[in-house]
Amino acid sequence: MLEDRIRAARKRKRLLLMPHLVLGYPSFESNRELIRTMVESGADIIEMQIPFSDPMADGPVILKANDAAVRNGVTTSQCLAFAKEICALYPETIFLFMTYANVPFVYGLENFVKVAADAGILGLIIPDLPPEEGAEYLSACERNDVAPIFLFTPTNTPERLRVLASYCRGLVYCVGRTGVTGIKTKIDDALGAMIQRYKSMTTLPIGLGFGLQSKKDIDALPKDVDIAIIGTKILTLHNEGGAKAVGQFLRELAA
Amino acid sequence: MEIHRQKYFGKFGGMYVPSILETTFDELTQAYQEARSDPAFWDGFAQYMRSYSGRPTPLTFAENLTGYLGGAKIYIKREDLNHTGAHKINNVIGQGLLAKRMGKKRVIAETGAGQHGVATATMAAKFGFECEIYMGEVDVKRQRPNVFWMEKLGAKVNVVKDGTRTLKDAINATFRDWAYSMETTHYVLGTACGPYPFPEMVAWFQSIVGKEAKKQILDVEDRLPNHVYACVGGGSNSLGIFSGFMDDKDVELVGVEAGGLGLDTGKHAARLASKDGKIGIAEGMKTVFLQTEEGQMMETHSISAGLDYVGISPILADLHERKRIRFEAATDDEVVEALRLALRKEGIVPALESAHAFAQAFKEAPRMGKDEIIVINQSGRGDKDIFTVADALKDRAWEDFIIQKAEEYRAGR
Repeated sequence: MLEDRIRAARKRKRLLLMPHLVLGYPSFESNRELIRTMVESGADIIEMQIPFSDPMADGPVILKANDAAVRNGVTTSQCLAFAKEICALYPETIFLFMTYANVPFVYGLENFVKVAADAGILGLIIPDLPPEEGAEYLSACERNDVAPIFLFTPTNTPERLRVLASYCRGLVYCVGRTGVTGIKTKIDDALGAMIQRYKSMTTLPIGLGFGLQSKKDIDALPKDVDIAIIGTKILTLHNEGGAKAVGQFLRELAA
Repeated sequence: MEIHRQKYFGKFGGMYVPSILETTFDELTQAYQEARSDPAFWDGFAQYMRSYSGRPTPLTFAENLTGYLGGAKIYIKREDLNHTGAHKINNVIGQGLLAKRMGKKRVIAETGAGQHGVATATMAAKFGFECEIYMGEVDVKRQRPNVFWMEKLGAKVNVVKDGTRTLKDAINATFRDWAYSMETTHYVLGTACGPYPFPEMVAWFQSIVGKEAKKQILDVEDRLPNHVYACVGGGSNSLGIFSGFMDDKDVELVGVEAGGLGLDTGKHAARLASKDGKIGIAEGMKTVFLQTEEGQMMETHSISAGLDYVGISPILADLHERKRIRFEAATDDEVVEALRLALRKEGIVPALESAHAFAQAFKEAPRMGKDEIIVINQSGRGDKDIFTVADALKDRAWEDFIIQKAEEYRAGR
């Protein structure tokens, strides 16, 4: 389902925009305002992160937001209920969950996937749950028609990319460089070659993330990229200038 | 969909690793397995431990404590007499030799109490690696002397201010460093935790403790001990000494966790001895964690920074479930009392971490027969804890000294 929705959206638009936010940070009320602004400003896919106390793949900006949301006492049930409300409100927009393995594991993996699917979530990104550890997760995703999204990274061998591709659904989340979230990706010929390498491993739409900063970055993206994923930059803008600043930035990118 | 599950100890362990680090873990697993199947590697390691760290460490008969407590005969395995003052150096030299084999130029490590950080900085100085250490802000405050030595040894110490600002956050920060430095860098994980192969590899290097202890007790007593006690933070010293007796089913193994202010106060770090621990996934492994109903990792408490950790080795979680190891907890107060007794009766200075094992052994020894034998692992020495211990003992003369010293510094600025 996710792949079809992305392909349909992609027919109308050369590059889809996928901004990110941390649920419950600074509050669900603020999340509502931010998501409305994102939708109105050209976001096609929205990645909602369920906060975790130990987000090992995130850089300092997203890490701080996770810490704050956890301290605020954000619960998984609240996030699932919020997703249901938001997906119903914006049926044209695609919503994904990102979180760490312990959150669904403690909630009950099977149940988590089912409730997320019922809420309208189309895909899940769980960076510390590789396919080898995720048999139960993968089968729950298959049963509930939710896409398990895996990350392609520059250090993965071609054999590994093939394995990841065989389990990945909906889109592949491609990383243009090593490191955690929030460090800038250099947009150059090497990136183009890397995207081609990724592209040769999968027929799924290609999302590129980890460190996209500006309109210039977006314009220079290799043509094989279908989705620009923007996380840390959005959070930084929101911290500094609120939803308004995020809206302005997204409109600039979409122009 | 059938996927083979491996790298597990019972239902614990695994490799919950982000994609970016998968290749690094494959390389490490291969290098470790090659080293493990090469007897020359272990011989080289053991030789290094003899010439650099003073191994074998002695097994000391605690004659006075034995008489005072009036029960079992007490022996103490003296890991405190290692170079850098704790068992941590065993694992660090082992991983250092492995990192050299892998052609790495830089090492990074997390540290709680600072013993592992000091050991890693020492190894880096000796082997010529660049070195960075990640340490939680809370731990930096209570273990300043270790920070001082790490820096003097040439390591850069990064103060981690995320989350609970203790060991688990330092581990996350070190993984973040590794996610972009893996090409040149080896992560010297300090305990038998994290993704495979770390738990098994660290336990393997630490097994040098158990091998020696078993030989030593057989040499002096011509029989095995009845009980072996070790403190348990992540689990490296306990797995080290327990490994020597694991197959001897009549030897009871007792792991002692940090009881903090008491198991019913919520302020402790007892994952297995309390009812508060729950299975979960974090720091790359599936094991028992102290976590909320929502799966968020909790703040832990212990007088000893080295035991103040939210998770536990997956190998220990499995041995607990299979009832091979009994887990107990000693409170902060019991630990300070045990330390006082060890100092007075035997002239030894256990680290606050190790004093947990002493405290539990002291509780149980008087009830045992005089024909029983116990071995306590003194995993480290307590000099580093002088500030914490002086506070716990409310030592006025020490306070006066610190005040006077502070005034001298202030006047000199």
